[in-house]
Amino acid sequence: MTHLPVLPVLVPMVAAILLLAVHSAGAAVLRGVGLAAVALLAAVAVLLLAATAQGAVAVVAIGAWPPPFGIVLVADRLSATMVAVTAAVAVPALLAATDGTDLQGRHFHPFFQMQLAGLNGAFLTGDLFNLFVFFEVLLIASYALLAHGAGAARVRAGLHYVVLNLAASLVFLVGLALLYGALGTLNLADVAGRLAALPLEEAAPARAGLALIAGVFAFKAALLPLGFWLPHAYPAAAAPVAALFAVLTKVGIYALLRLSSVALADDAPAAAGLVAPWLMPAAIGTVVAATLGVLAAPSLGAIAAHLLLLSTGMLAAGVAEGSAPMLAAVLYYLPHTTLVSAGLFLLAGHIAATRGEEARDRIRRGPRLPRPGLVGGAYLALAVAVTGLPPLSGFLGKVMLLAAAPATPAGYAMWASFLLSGFVAALALARAASVLFWERSEPRAAVGRAAPPRLGLALAVAVGFVPLLVLGAAPLSAHARATAEQVAARRPYLEAVLPRDLPPAARERRP
Amino acid sequence: MTLAGLPLSILALLLGAALVPLLARSGRGVAAWSSAAVLGIAALAVAPLAPAALAGTVTVLRWPWLPEWGLDLAFRLDGLGLLFAILILGIGQLVILYAAYYMPPEDGLGRFFGILLAFAGGMLGVVLSENLLLMVIFWEITSLASFLLIAYRHDASEARIAARMALAVTGGGGLALLAGVLLLGRIAGSLELSAVLAAGEAVRAHPLYPVALALVLLGAFTKSAQFPFHFWLPNAMAAPTPVSAYLHSATMVKAGVFLLARLYPVLSGTELWFALVSGTGAVTLAYGAYVALLKHDLKGLLAYSTISHLGLITLLIGLESPLSTVAAVFHIINHAIFKASLFMAAGIIDHECGTRDMRRINGMFRYMPQTAVLGMVAAAAMAGVPLLNGFLSKEMFFAETLQEPPVAGYAYALPAFATFAGVLSVAYSLRFIHDVFFHGEPVGLPRTPHEPPLWMRVPVGILSLLCLVVGLLPQSSVGALLRTASAAALGGPPPPYELAPWHGFNLPLAMSAVALAGGALWYRFRGVLFDLHERFAPLVGGPAAFERVYNAAAAAARLLMAAMDTGRLRRYVALLLLAALGLGLHAVAGAGLAPPHGAVIPADPVAIGALVALAVGAFGCAGLHRRRPLAVVFASVVGLIVSLTFLRFSAPDLALTQLSVEVVTIVLLLLALRFLPEEARATDAPRRRRLGDAAIAGAGGLGAAALAYALLTRPFETVSGFFVEQSVPGGGGTNVVNVILVDFRGFDTLGEIWVLALAALGAHALLEGLRLRPHALRAASEADRHPVMLAMLMRPLLPLALTVAFHILLRGHNLPGGGFIAGLITGIVLILQYLAVGLDITSARLRVDHLRLFALGLALAAGTGMASMAFGAPFLTSAHGYVPIPLVGRTHLASALAFDLGVYLVVVATVLLVLSELGRLSQRELRPAACGGQG
Repeated sequence: MTHLPVLPVLVPMVAAILLLAVHSAGAAVLRGVGLAAVALLAAVAVLLLAATAQGAVAVVAIGAWPPPFGIVLVADRLSATMVAVTAAVAVPALLAATDGTDLQGRHFHPFFQMQLAGLNGAFLTGDLFNLFVFFEVLLIASYALLAHGAGAARVRAGLHYVVLNLAASLVFLVGLALLYGALGTLNLADVAGRLAALPLEEAAPARAGLALIAGVFAFKAALLPLGFWLPHAYPAAAAPVAALFAVLTKVGIYALLRLSSVALADDAPAAAGLVAPWLMPAAIGTVVAATLGVLAAPSLGAIAAHLLLLSTGMLAAGVAEGSAPMLAAVLYYLPHTTLVSAGLFLLAGHIAATRGEEARDRIRRGPRLPRPGLVGGAYLALAVAVTGLPPLSGFLGKVMLLAAAPATPAGYAMWASFLLSGFVAALALARAASVLFWERSEPRAAVGRAAPPRLGLALAVAVGFVPLLVLGAAPLSAHARATAEQVAARRPYLEAVLPRDLPPAARERRP
Repeated sequence: MTLAGLPLSILALLLGAALVPLLARSGRGVAAWSSAAVLGIAALAVAPLAPAALAGTVTVLRWPWLPEWGLDLAFRLDGLGLLFAILILGIGQLVILYAAYYMPPEDGLGRFFGILLAFAGGMLGVVLSENLLLMVIFWEITSLASFLLIAYRHDASEARIAARMALAVTGGGGLALLAGVLLLGRIAGSLELSAVLAAGEAVRAHPLYPVALALVLLGAFTKSAQFPFHFWLPNAMAAPTPVSAYLHSATMVKAGVFLLARLYPVLSGTELWFALVSGTGAVTLAYGAYVALLKHDLKGLLAYSTISHLGLITLLIGLESPLSTVAAVFHIINHAIFKASLFMAAGIIDHECGTRDMRRINGMFRYMPQTAVLGMVAAAAMAGVPLLNGFLSKEMFFAETLQEPPVAGYAYALPAFATFAGVLSVAYSLRFIHDVFFHGEPVGLPRTPHEPPLWMRVPVGILSLLCLVVGLLPQSSVGALLRTASAAALGGPPPPYELAPWHGFNLPLAMSAVALAGGALWYRFRGVLFDLHERFAPLVGGPAAFERVYNAAAAAARLLMAAMDTGRLRRYVALLLLAALGLGLHAVAGAGLAPPHGAVIPADPVAIGALVALAVGAFGCAGLHRRRPLAVVFASVVGLIVSLTFLRFSAPDLALTQLSVEVVTIVLLLLALRFLPEEARATDAPRRRRLGDAAIAGAGGLGAAALAYALLTRPFETVSGFFVEQSVPGGGGTNVVNVILVDFRGFDTLGEIWVLALAALGAHALLEGLRLRPHALRAASEADRHPVMLAMLMRPLLPLALTVAFHILLRGHNLPGGGFIAGLITGIVLILQYLAVGLDITSARLRVDHLRLFALGLALAAGTGMASMAFGAPFLTSAHGYVPIPLVGRTHLASALAFDLGVYLVVVATVLLVLSELGRLSQRELRPAACGGQG
């Protein structure tokens, strides 16, 4: 099991190679390989969760080069959780895609697998440059997936997406160069050590590098004012792709959390006040802007995209606050919101498929839904969960976030914005439901087409997570708490990557 | 184990909610019977605990769930909970019986009873929760159920809007309650009711008490339709009448006053409580009673009367005397009984007449005498006529207003106000009786009314009988329940009081008499009021108004979003750069820049010249970006200088890579640019904005330059010495750059070749089906499409160049070279071949499956890495040593070579794929027929 932390990257990568090799085989073969790989990934994720559950931090030195010289993959509870969330979203997303979306353009399956490989790599790597590489893998794969199936809106949103992300990559690279130039290392744990030893008056380049990198993470998380592209891009994507993208913004949140918890510890003067002061206002601003967006959204998909943004803002606020209880709340809320958002995108796709090209998921009258009972039940469950109404997981997560918020102005801003945003979201979803399910242009309006069956199945899988999140709330919350404590403790990560008994890294000093 | 009955009863209802819709497929009867059975099971589960609760014992069951967040599955049965449980389960049974006959026969009832049971479960949960967060959960379940039930007849737009309105008010109030409860929990240190009740003193003294109180009251007032949040309740009458009888009179709207009673020992006893609660209650009492008379809709009258009675209960709780709280609890019971009965009677009349307009429904006594009698009994109870239950609690209210009030100056005002409110309530009760059952003949009814089926009258009869029983025998019927419920609300034994239908001639009786007489007069002169109302009543609080407000909010949100988000890439990029600038400045400002103190290499003339060329290239590319081919040429200058810089600092690998990358990309770019017009359209952006953009870009560039300078002028500590040291012993190669690429950081390289492959595949996918018309299609260029000289030259060059590439690949580990460079050289050769002879011949010679080539290259790279895992070493661990090769002899080989071969293949596949796509697009230009339409 020493190789376990590599497998979440290798499994989808090998699957992608296999898919390219057999690209001329029929759709059934490609789907079979894809689904098998995703199932295998899910199994690997479970193993990884089990391996890290007792607090162990598994480190793999790629190429057997000791850190900080080589690249390390680090699996702790947090990484394992993120990999598990990715796998959990991938299963219904790919299942939904096998209903024809995958045939609307070329290479869907390799792109999907490499998206997973990029995500998992970003969650596991302990090296900042390697993180950059996985960001690139992610970016190109997600761009191809976003544009998959063409359409003017998709191409336009895709262009904005890729240009902006390349600009962000440039900023990332500048930040990395500054950091390497200042500290001479890119291993995150080593960066932490070097930073702690850096006197403040020498710290300007390193600080600038870290700030730029953190800014890129905030961009990836689509925080205000860098996130306006997201609500254009996601609703334009095919529903299974949008569902998978629910994980994508979490990379930014994860990276912010990892960076600030490992490298930007309070005891390093060079790291003081680097991220938290602007992250909280940006996060609250994101919540407010996303709330307005939910109210203004013209379609269910757009509502889902803004709700995704809203939840990212909430998570970022939690990361900015940073206390162990708050991180525990964040780490319960994160899987919940990712899974529910993915379900919401699948639901929007399902409704769009049944209502036909003219009405799609736009919030206006259209054909009647063929099976209003089942789809309505899914809608009710997802809407209640996503808006944080009782009794589902959104409420539990929100209670945790509110309970962990401190009695400070920032804490009260969290209370006010979280509660009011949930209120507005509930009203917007109630109105959308009223129009989509109940409003008829004429008494005997035409009934929509039946949705593709596997899309329905995928939706059922996604909705099935909701009761699991509630019934399993106690163990999930305990896991989140243990994860938060491990993250907040910081030592386990540092000591696992750079053990104390290792001789200090040989460094060359150049004038 | 009987304790588990509390959660089990709730669970039974919630499970029933899921099961009944399935059972209902077997018929309406099954739906009704199974629903009744579910309610019965819930009652049986609670019943064993009832005697203890009646005796005043508080039963608490606590199962930990999320203890660290204060959320436990803790339940509690005391007098107050028992009273409400009886109301919920008892009236629930009657409503199910009634609804089975009331609902139209084409309704399968599954969904209806399902939601109704879910509501009952939520409501029972509210009253049986020990944990306050758990109570909030159940609280919002009732809001959601109410939403679904109001919208039950969703073909009517009023019903849909009314449902959303109710959700907005009660659901929003629920969120306020959540905040209030969390705040209470922080103050009291626990979210368990027992602990909170015990911490009353501390809570009231806390500086946050006013905030917590306001939030909790917001929850209670919205739920119990107190002014000014009352407007959702009259609109909620769009729900089927059984729902109005159950949720919107007897139970759900009582949740608010239940909460007031529940938290009474904690929150009451302050001037703020008195002012907010009694003030709100008084206004609601009078306002509701006044408007009720003016409603022509039968259910509208009852809705406003419900608002008024809820106001009365709130007022009683706000008065803060122990006896007024007893009166409040008593009135909760009485109102539930007579109002449920009245709603059911109203439903019968609606059912039989096809309308609820009291201007058309007259003289019903003749058509349905039995229903009329039952309705009149209940209405008389509502008016406070002696010998009926409503009279008793109203008399207690009157008596309470005569007590010394907590705030001086109300001595006369309060009794007068109470009497006036009594007058109003008598007036609307009279209207209900007189207008509907007498007052001439019905006007233009769609059908002739008659008595409804027996089983529809039975629930009304039971409730009306209860009005009489409680009115005549209060002590023996509800005495014990009232006492224990009041004790629970008060948090201690209630003061002595006497429950009897007759207390002799006293002041409260006189007030009742005045109210009855005054009410009759008020009703007599109602015409004047109707006129006034028609003329001046503002149209607020209706569905149209709600929709207007909502749409205005959505429009405002759209405007704000449009102002923030222009949807333009320019703005997004500017924001990104500004953010980067701001972050950089903020970070540097937090540290301060120490003066440079490192050795600096002096600039020589060559370096200065190169830098000038670099600047010219960069400026030229930016300044001429609209003339695309020219801009590309300028960009290539930048690349060239960079590769020269690498050479200057003794990095031949990097220089070689940079150079070949430059050649390949520039040529491919120029080939691709043929499909775009030579000159881009001029921008229509105003000069000022362009200057702003230039300023942002310039600041970004200067900032990066300043940081780079700061970095280069201070000493540098690095781990890179390790790489030089380990290159030969560990990596088996003397070319450190290559060993870094394929070994030390081979994982990065693996990722990067994937990026390359994905980009090529992405282009391949994007170009599918794309049709482009090349712009540079001129006769002159067409003539020397494939220059003969080049074609001649290429013949000997091709094998030679490929050999060079192979050599560079092999020697890469030790001398400048490697897979990436070799791949690029091969790419250049292929491009030349393509230019020389065209795509058809090139691809005819190279029959490759690009995707398989990618797969092969990636498999080699990844497979080399995985091979080491088979030997128990980490992924991508390399091995090297001397290998005997036939004919060649013992050769030093590193496993990294296989990895490098993978890199090579991926680069070659990328160039091939791009070339073939470009060629495919160009082919169309030669065959106009294939062009079809321009896409």
